[in-house]
Amino acid sequence: MKEEVNDRTFFGFWVYLMTDLLMFGGLFAAFAVLRTNSFGGVTEKDIYNLPYVLLESVLLLTSSFTAGLAILSSTKGNVKAVIGLLFATFLLGVSFLGMELYEFSNLFKEGHTFQKSAFLSSYFTLVGTHGVHILVGLIWMIILFIYILKRGLTKSALRKLTLFSLFWHFLDIVWIFIFTIVYLMGVSL
Amino acid sequence: MINLHGTVKSYLIGFLLSIILSLIAYNLVLTHPISNISLIALIIIIAFVQLFVQLIFFIHLGQDSPPKWHLIFFISTFCAILAIVVGSIWIMSHLNYNMTPKQMNQYIKDQSGI
Amino acid sequence: MNLINLIFGRMTLNDLPHAWFTIGGTASLIGLGALGAALLTYLKRWKWIWNEWITSTDPKKIGIMYFIVAAFMFLRGLIDAGMIWLQQSLALGTSYGYLSASHFQQIFTSHGDIMVFFATMGFLVGFLNLVMPLQIGARDLAFPFLNSLGFWLYVAGAILMNMFFVFGGEFAAAGWLAQAPLSELQFSPGVGVDYWIWSLQVSGLGTLLAGINFLVTIVKMRAPGMTLMRMPLFVWTTLCSSVLIITVFPVLAITITMLTLDRYLGMNFFTTGNGGNSMMYINLIWMWGHPEVYILILPGFGIFSEVVSTFSHKKLAGYTSLVLAAISVALLALMVWLHHFFTMGAGADVNAFFGISTMFIAVPTGVQILNWIFTMFRGKIAFKTPMYWFLGFVSTFTFGGMAGVLMASPAADFQLHNSLFLVAHFHTMIIGGALFGIFSGITYWFPKFFGFKLNERIGKYAFWCWIVGFFLSFIPLYILGFMGVTRRLDHYINPAWRPLFITSGIGFTIIMIGALLQVVQILVSIKQKKQNYDTTGDPWDGRSLEWATSSPPPFYNFAIIPEVKSRDAFWEMKKKGIKKITKYEDITLPKNTPMGLYVSGFIFLFGFAMVWHMTLLAIVGFLGAITCVIIRTFDEDTEYVLKASEVEKIEMKRKNL
Repeated sequence: MKEEVNDRTFFGFWVYLMTDLLMFGGLFAAFAVLRTNSFGGVTEKDIYNLPYVLLESVLLLTSSFTAGLAILSSTKGNVKAVIGLLFATFLLGVSFLGMELYEFSNLFKEGHTFQKSAFLSSYFTLVGTHGVHILVGLIWMIILFIYILKRGLTKSALRKLTLFSLFWHFLDIVWIFIFTIVYLMGVSL
Repeated sequence: MINLHGTVKSYLIGFLLSIILSLIAYNLVLTHPISNISLIALIIIIAFVQLFVQLIFFIHLGQDSPPKWHLIFFISTFCAILAIVVGSIWIMSHLNYNMTPKQMNQYIKDQSGI
Repeated sequence: MNLINLIFGRMTLNDLPHAWFTIGGTASLIGLGALGAALLTYLKRWKWIWNEWITSTDPKKIGIMYFIVAAFMFLRGLIDAGMIWLQQSLALGTSYGYLSASHFQQIFTSHGDIMVFFATMGFLVGFLNLVMPLQIGARDLAFPFLNSLGFWLYVAGAILMNMFFVFGGEFAAAGWLAQAPLSELQFSPGVGVDYWIWSLQVSGLGTLLAGINFLVTIVKMRAPGMTLMRMPLFVWTTLCSSVLIITVFPVLAITITMLTLDRYLGMNFFTTGNGGNSMMYINLIWMWGHPEVYILILPGFGIFSEVVSTFSHKKLAGYTSLVLAAISVALLALMVWLHHFFTMGAGADVNAFFGISTMFIAVPTGVQILNWIFTMFRGKIAFKTPMYWFLGFVSTFTFGGMAGVLMASPAADFQLHNSLFLVAHFHTMIIGGALFGIFSGITYWFPKFFGFKLNERIGKYAFWCWIVGFFLSFIPLYILGFMGVTRRLDHYINPAWRPLFITSGIGFTIIMIGALLQVVQILVSIKQKKQNYDTTGDPWDGRSLEWATSSPPPFYNFAIIPEVKSRDAFWEMKKKGIKKITKYEDITLPKNTPMGLYVSGFIFLFGFAMVWHMTLLAIVGFLGAITCVIIRTFDEDTEYVLKASEVEKIEMKRKNL
């Protein structure tokens, strides 16, 4: 019975993740249509810093890797490894978000805010929504830390960890497309 | 799928492949060895390969016992996203083409080689 | 930013009710609430309503609550329709009617939003909750807490939709889809569009959660032996509808979010300047909007499948083709959205593609109607009220459907776009299809959930009022459309139009009599219930599993989950003789919880605060909702076990009644 419940929760969360992907799809569509509407202001080539973005990508990828290893350790009941790897994921996620916030604040300082043009609106919203999801993931990890430290690696904890790791892996998958379609394409168009 | 956890080896392979693919795409854009259209097509293909890699090695998609509901729903979501993105680009580019003033129309025509 | 601003945002004393309709609306809301509170106090039922209904996770209870809220919203939508009719009958030439132009615009906007989001969707989600778990032999939905949460979010959205009567005095006046750039700050600076935004975001989240819930339930919780191809058609259409919900509601959410970002943070997605593209809004909103109408109609098709086979005492003709038709309708629904803006200028090739795909959708729909008629052929037909609604549907929906196929041709649409012909078409589809389906379902399943049948005679009178009223109301609109009359007119100068508007209004009055008769039917049936008791649980000689339970079913639905060996599972069971249950099992059930109400309460506060830019309240609402959710995730004690002995006691008592 518990197996069935786990199965349903897992599948339900998967369906929710699909709806989240669809929401990103809508944002990608808006970005694709509005990316050239710079209204005389800065265009894509002017504001993208590719080496910077590559570093962000590596950080996020590594965090996806450590998250996967954390789940692996959880199945073996290794609390210390789980906490350690989850913490590594957390730090890498914080660094990613920090870099992104720094990039955004620099753009604001130079006057390139999301109010200036449709391109900037769609850029900040697409990348920013991904960032908000990362923030949610970070908060989720904190709650997981509290849960595991309080109750140990129970069946419930394993389920929650697995759901989190799915969420985090999909954030990296969305980032692949932001990296490619926003930054790489933007510089080449 | 909740019981699929892979091994350290599978996560490592996935991780390294993803890094390599990202670096290849990055390098291609920086050096720009081929024409615009081919370059963009290539980096999009590389992105899909990396998507595939992460789906298999991190998420273990399609590795559960049939019926493979997760796979079915992922494929349908993917198709829906394609319809949304490609549909929007197709429709909006036609609308923009028909809405811009005469000089812009000529400019667009020149750019797309009509 | 002083303290007053942080607390009250942009609300001033002037936003309290001072116009005739805001005072009237506020008085009605307060009056209704006071009446409810008085009744509960007099009957001493406060604890009962909290324990049995408000905190319930039972989909049968949640379904009934959906019906009650949807019925109230339906009434408000009907009043809006009446106000529109009255204005259009009066406002010719020198007379400007009794409504100002902006008020009229708010009325047709709220009429559309209420009818689509709160009335029709409310009734349908109610049915899905009530009937679907029973039909697949399940005890509950996959996520009972999310079910409760989804319902209370729907209520929060409904309250937000009515909140402007009390605070603000204006609703959105930009049409039911609040099209940009009219809905942008530049042209709609007041709170109206903001109420629209937050009411739909909140209820949209509820709908999305419900869609996920239904999907997982059907995929994972069918009774043993019930393969996909043995499911009742109502479950199939629920599945297709749920897939559409999860596919397109995220698009609605993100589109409204982009509009919100434009209005609140000065972004430029759909503005008229700074590179914004208003046409993108139209594109995205209809990408949601078209599948939405199929979400509304598919469950109706499912209801008709059930009703026709039951009342013809025959298995459905062409089960496989009906399933394929439902699936193709769902798939095609995602490929036709541009037909809502043929005239926006995408050009011939784009228009041609979407025109052809739109015409295609008529095919599976036609297949379904033919299959239902074939089911009736050589059947032993009982012409009860549900069958009346079905036959009404066939004539109405086919008629309106043909109007749709006409407009699918871009050339014809260039003449008819946004005319009254279009208005008549979509009302025909929703009323003839979705609403008649709902009414058919109500008369069909009422005995199951309340234990007694509805009065047949009054039911048939109500049906005749609805169908005569409907045709009288909308045929004039088709004609007016051909005469060139555009939609949403609050005033006109051509006297030739007035007789048609008035005829339409007479039709509306007859519809109102029909609706009144439906209320009377329920009251009379309650009075007469002793004569109409359903003692067997199977008043219509049904074919699917919900008729295998008593009327009403026990809270756990089935004492023993049935084993399914074929389609029309209950019919086969009756043929082979129903086995007696010898051994009972322990049943695990979800506990009641107030968390769904609390989370929605906080989200309601958040939505309200966002409308008025009340920073403090918005933060309170947001953090409150998140805290409640986190508390809930730490709660391990969400289920209880009903011992086998208890189940046996309940079953024995039931059989002795």
